[in-house]
Amino acid sequence: MNFKDKRYIVLFLSPTVILLFAFLLYPLIQSVYYSFTDWYNFSNEKTFIGLDNYRQLVQDPVVGIALRNTLILTVGAIVLQAGGGLALALLTDSVKRGFKFFRTVYFFPIVISGTAIGLMFSIIYNYDYGLLNAIMRAFGLPEQVWLTEHSSIYLVLFPILWQYVGFYFVIFLTGISKIPEDIYESAQLDGITGIQKAFKITIPLLRDVIASCLTLATAGALKVFDVVYIVTKGGPMNSSELLSTYMYDKAFNGQNAGYASTIVIAMMLLGILITVLLNKAVKKDTISY
Amino acid sequence: MSTVAENIGQKRGPGRYAGRTVVYVLLIAWACTTIVPLLWVLLSSLKSSDEILTNAFGLPDSFSFVNYVKLNEYGNLNILRGFANSLLISGTVVLGVALFGGLASFVLSRFQFRGKGLFNVLFVVCMLLPQFAVIIPNFMIIKELHLNGTYWSVILPQIAGNLSFAILMMTGFMAALPGELEEAAVVDGASIWKIFWRILVPLCVPIFATVSIMIFLWSYNELLMPLVYLPVRDMQPISVLLSLVSNAYGTDYGAMMAAIAISIAPLLVLYMISQETVIKGLTAGAVKG
Repeated sequence: MNFKDKRYIVLFLSPTVILLFAFLLYPLIQSVYYSFTDWYNFSNEKTFIGLDNYRQLVQDPVVGIALRNTLILTVGAIVLQAGGGLALALLTDSVKRGFKFFRTVYFFPIVISGTAIGLMFSIIYNYDYGLLNAIMRAFGLPEQVWLTEHSSIYLVLFPILWQYVGFYFVIFLTGISKIPEDIYESAQLDGITGIQKAFKITIPLLRDVIASCLTLATAGALKVFDVVYIVTKGGPMNSSELLSTYMYDKAFNGQNAGYASTIVIAMMLLGILITVLLNKAVKKDTISY
Repeated sequence: MSTVAENIGQKRGPGRYAGRTVVYVLLIAWACTTIVPLLWVLLSSLKSSDEILTNAFGLPDSFSFVNYVKLNEYGNLNILRGFANSLLISGTVVLGVALFGGLASFVLSRFQFRGKGLFNVLFVVCMLLPQFAVIIPNFMIIKELHLNGTYWSVILPQIAGNLSFAILMMTGFMAALPGELEEAAVVDGASIWKIFWRILVPLCVPIFATVSIMIFLWSYNELLMPLVYLPVRDMQPISVLLSLVSNAYGTDYGAMMAAIAISIAPLLVLYMISQETVIKGLTAGAVKG
């Protein structure tokens, strides 16, 4: 069915187009412009300062910390989220029963907001009423201050890593279910063992799925905000800062929206760069069964 | 298809059950990591703050809903009010996306016109655009449009942020529907408006349901946008209030637990009644910015 009436085309598309331009595309251009300005307190006064913000960004030690933390998060996401998800998927596939139950339970944390999970973990880490110190007391051990300058980034990343294992679990489980059975049957005749089967057949055949999980894990690392904002707000002493929380802090606490916009643009460029590089690295001919 | 455990079993007879048991122990151990923290929150929400300290793991001495009632007493930080705000905001966002997205998808899947490809590019770009990229300019735009201090200040940007994803999903679904019913309706002289409401919308109920569930989840869990765009305490959604709870409630951990439990409740219900949709939708939606 092909309609052509121009009035309806304009009428039906215009609310969408207006909203997208007003709240996404026009502001995106604004963000780029702001990143070249000196602009405090959201006042009407902005001065164009060229690349000064970008120079400051390169020298900013907190940006260094944030990048290091993002790297830790990315590596953690790849090893623990994607790796853990793959391991759990292989294990679940090896036992026939309970597959639905495990999928339901493993996926549930993803449905919950980073805010609720963040609050939950900040109570777990709390000195007086926290779950960790309750465990310490139960074992007769001394209570600890958990969130310190050295430990904060790991403790704050733990909930994020924990939350998304189930996501990769589901993706890998779906991938495994698409591998045809006859491949295993012929290997069976050759006397392959279970562990060999996983490493020599299943994992190589999941290469495309693994590649897309790597991209998702890396791109996802740049989007994290909620949990860190709730548990530590980037502290103590900026030790658990990510670019997103640092940007928020600069814009809405430091009232330096020009520099915050520069951080935003840096985040976007980093995201594009990583995606392009990853796509190049993993782009080989796709597997067909 | 034979399994890891079975294969181990084939090699050494009695080891068969041992292998299976180890696998189950590992799988159940991970299941515990997702269940135990939530159970802890639920049980603690029924205890007094003192009892959380002295009896961290056991069942509460007496089941009391005091903590839930107390949430009403924090006048400036009323979680129940925030919950209602969340339902109002996210509900409106879902309706807006379904209406505008439905109309736009109808045009894209059923109308012929020049420049259609351009719209597809627009939607893909807007879908991949992360929210933090536009957060600072939108803060200003909301003021310029005199939306500050109204629910629209969070509703409109959220509709804009979710529209592209919804349109890409819905256009795909609509394009795959056969057009015979519509052709018959045209022959009978039905207007385009009527064809949309009477024929297309009823056929598209499944995709509207999927998209609505996902957008409700995203919107309900969203923190950054309402945090920045809507500084009015009485109108803020539950996600923003949760981010303030740990400072405002002091050591009233029982109330905090009740607040978390209330915020999770609708998600739990949604997950129980439409688990398949939620899992499929959230894995497909991971690419969204």
